[in-house]
Amino acid sequence: MSCDEKRSNPHAFRNDAAAKVTGRAKYADDLKAHGMVHVVPVYSDEVHAELVSLDVSGAEKMPGVVKVITADDVRRIGGQPTWSYLIPDYRMIVGAGDHIRCNSDVIALVAAETRAQALEAAKRVTSVTKPLPVVLDAEEALKNPPVFLYEDRVFEGKKNNVVNHYKVRHGRGKEALSECDFILEHTFRTQHHEHAYIEPESALCTLRPDGVMEVMGSMQHPFSTRRFVAAILGCPLADVEVRSIPMGGGFGGKDDTAAIVCARAALAARLTHRPAKLTYAREWSMRESYKRHPYILHYKMGVKDGRFYAAEVEIIADAGAYCSATPWVTFRSTAQCCGPYPVPHVHCDVYGVYTNNVFTGAFRGFGSPQVNFAIEELADMAAEKLGISPVEFRRRNMVRQGSITVTGQALSSHEVTLEKAMDAVLAAANIEEKMKKCSHGVPAEGSDELYGVGLAISSRGMSLGGEGADFNSAIINVNFDGSILLEVAVHENGQGAESAFMLIAAKELGCDVKRIRYRMASTSNIPDGGTTVASRGTLMGGGATVIAARNLKEKMASVLCKKLCCAPGEVTFHDDRIWGKDGAVSMSWQEAGDAFYWSKDYPYAFGVFQGGHVSWDEETGQGDAYFTWVYGCQAVELTVNRKTGKVKVLGMTAAHEIGRAINPPMLLGQIYGGMVQGLGYGLQEEMKNEGGRMKTLNFNSYRLFRAADLPEMQAFFLESGDPNSPSGAKGIGEPALELMAPAVANAIASATGERFFQIPVTPERILARFKARAAEAEAKEHGVGKSEPEGT
Amino acid sequence: MSAVTNINGREVAIPDEELEMNLLEWLREVRDLTGAKNGCGIGVCGACTVLVDGKAVRTCRQKVAFIAGKSVVTIEGVSPPEGPLHPLQQAFIDYGAIQCGFCTPGMVMAGLALLARTPHPTRPEIRKALAANLCRCTGYQQIVDAIEAAAGEQKSDT
Repeated sequence: MSCDEKRSNPHAFRNDAAAKVTGRAKYADDLKAHGMVHVVPVYSDEVHAELVSLDVSGAEKMPGVVKVITADDVRRIGGQPTWSYLIPDYRMIVGAGDHIRCNSDVIALVAAETRAQALEAAKRVTSVTKPLPVVLDAEEALKNPPVFLYEDRVFEGKKNNVVNHYKVRHGRGKEALSECDFILEHTFRTQHHEHAYIEPESALCTLRPDGVMEVMGSMQHPFSTRRFVAAILGCPLADVEVRSIPMGGGFGGKDDTAAIVCARAALAARLTHRPAKLTYAREWSMRESYKRHPYILHYKMGVKDGRFYAAEVEIIADAGAYCSATPWVTFRSTAQCCGPYPVPHVHCDVYGVYTNNVFTGAFRGFGSPQVNFAIEELADMAAEKLGISPVEFRRRNMVRQGSITVTGQALSSHEVTLEKAMDAVLAAANIEEKMKKCSHGVPAEGSDELYGVGLAISSRGMSLGGEGADFNSAIINVNFDGSILLEVAVHENGQGAESAFMLIAAKELGCDVKRIRYRMASTSNIPDGGTTVASRGTLMGGGATVIAARNLKEKMASVLCKKLCCAPGEVTFHDDRIWGKDGAVSMSWQEAGDAFYWSKDYPYAFGVFQGGHVSWDEETGQGDAYFTWVYGCQAVELTVNRKTGKVKVLGMTAAHEIGRAINPPMLLGQIYGGMVQGLGYGLQEEMKNEGGRMKTLNFNSYRLFRAADLPEMQAFFLESGDPNSPSGAKGIGEPALELMAPAVANAIASATGERFFQIPVTPERILARFKARAAEAEAKEHGVGKSEPEGT
Repeated sequence: MSAVTNINGREVAIPDEELEMNLLEWLREVRDLTGAKNGCGIGVCGACTVLVDGKAVRTCRQKVAFIAGKSVVTIEGVSPPEGPLHPLQQAFIDYGAIQCGFCTPGMVMAGLALLARTPHPTRPEIRKALAANLCRCTGYQQIVDAIEAAAGEQKSDT
């Protein structure tokens, strides 16, 4: 059922591992093309301004410059400089007469013989701008806007900065708050969080002689990339071929940003009639790429008879200057606004709001890490007020088989395994014993270290849910020599998707995985399968693989049954051979290929997996938000130094229910990596800006955890299968990230006795709180009135 | 007279005009050794790590002149193209230490430098040796597992 594979079970299967461990894997910036130009972006220093005019003449005269590209060039070829997939508001290049809406905006591109020449020339692009008022606070932009980012935009009948507004109206809503024993009313805040993939964006684009723009880039959604490229070039989708190459990490961050980098490179290739490479410096990547949405979360959570009974919630998500995936991200926050608790009465409003900050979009977790931070702190606070343990509170309140979620969905399509996941963590790390030893603000004699333990649980809807149409495809093509080509419309982001599909196909076909070659995917070969997000890769791509394999077996049985002296239904596939009735006769895959050749037919199959039923009512926020769910629990043990505020993490433990494990070592790798990203989110990672200008532009100022800062981790997985998934597998990418920040906040509270309502909980914020408390105590001693510490 | 360096076992003459080039750019663009990656450009991510006279060096912060008269091993030189993988490389594969793979060459080089000076490191020693290398995918756990396993294998070999 569960296992700890820490050092005991090696032999991960990866089709791309040998290439990656020898340095032979070619990422986008490792590629070259004859005669290619080097492209760089030109930024404006403005945060919000009218771009009155642009002068590129100085840049054009610089040595080596092939072309300086502006939005006018895009219009001239019939392309769209402004485009996106939900609201078409993204300025791939801001043109003169348009507005610069954030400091990340690009106003021109320079293509030159060398990168150094392009960089030099980029400095010579000048502009005349007329500054506009700036709004950086999402709540202000929503409730008291000093300026509208899109003057013509009207939403819900009036002019405002709202991107989207989702609601939940469940039970008797906020009315039921009056029936509660007590209400926890708090505001939580989260930060701009950077994906920090180690490979910056890069693209190499070539206009082929057949008129097709060929794109190879560091992106996680080839089909979205194709749409951006087609938009900027003003051409049909069929005229763009995006090919999958190794990508150096994405975590949701290489969807639109990376697609836009590809689109700009394609534009340069189109206009210069030469291959074009655009590789981002880390500073450009951090300046321009979208982040995780900062949230302001106002909760009134009512508790009655020891249970979460009623909630009034307002969530404000800072979309930045462009919409990107904001409606989809906030959809998840809406559907999961009460975390893993089936609160019977809920009134929730979630707003995505335009500001002049860098835009925000998809990031592993996708609207749940912010909500979980608030909800899982509220759970601990409720437990404390009730005088019961955080574990006991969760046992009483968590979703169980058949529970009705806040959107009115009955959890009955699959096994609800949240308690099993929590119990696995409790047992493995002895959490309940450790909880008894927490400092609660009082260190052990002679020590400055405050000890704490915290945990968090979650239920998570899988895949896109009510936010989109969910389907995927796979192609299995058996060659006449018996070797097999597999292609799935899910992108390999580095997580091992291709390897998982190969293992799934091998299992379903009863063949040796070595027989299978994963075909380098191309948008011109396989239909659009959507993006590799929402932890849908293994579920949707694996589902399509299973269905393609079943279709293939049916096809092969119908052709081979005569030779195998049996009926088609009696043909079986196992032990790397194809068998007749009761194993009396069998043939090799090569013999099968040969038989197909002589029967003038193909052992070829296409498989489509359509995600299960979902429904959503926009007005009430009621419906079956997701067709299946996963469950998880993570815990952390740490100390906080009361003099420095420094946090030392002593241990982290996770257990996740994932349906079925396909490639256990890679599954564990997802959990470990997710825990550490979640830890960074909770403790130290924050994109900082001053007046809308990003200040954390590289890894010296944006600090990621390093190996030496981290403790050993324990990871467990639980397998209960899932009838909604053809392979039985669900997913793990996002569940692994969405829990550690609240676990950390709860652990810090149990260590210090102080509750923090804003992440990251940095040493500076901890120290500020300690100082405020000390000042408060001193004032009390001197008879001065009580002062509340700062709201952080 | 031009400077000479040894790269992956072969003598290479460095033309004078290349001595002032950035070492990472030179390896990647002039020598076509693209295994070393540019993740940050300021020497804090370790994706560009190679061995220079056996020590892990972040090439994005060095000039080509730095390797004159020295011996360089890049990820491409760790095992022969047709031959078996180095045990450390094999351990990275077996223990699931590879995800996106962008940091992997740097991690392998840092691991090799460690095992050369400390053949049987403890897990905390391994973690310390990787402190200059960032990985965003793995949380480092399985990278530490892989280096520990490779070190264990060394033990049984000797």
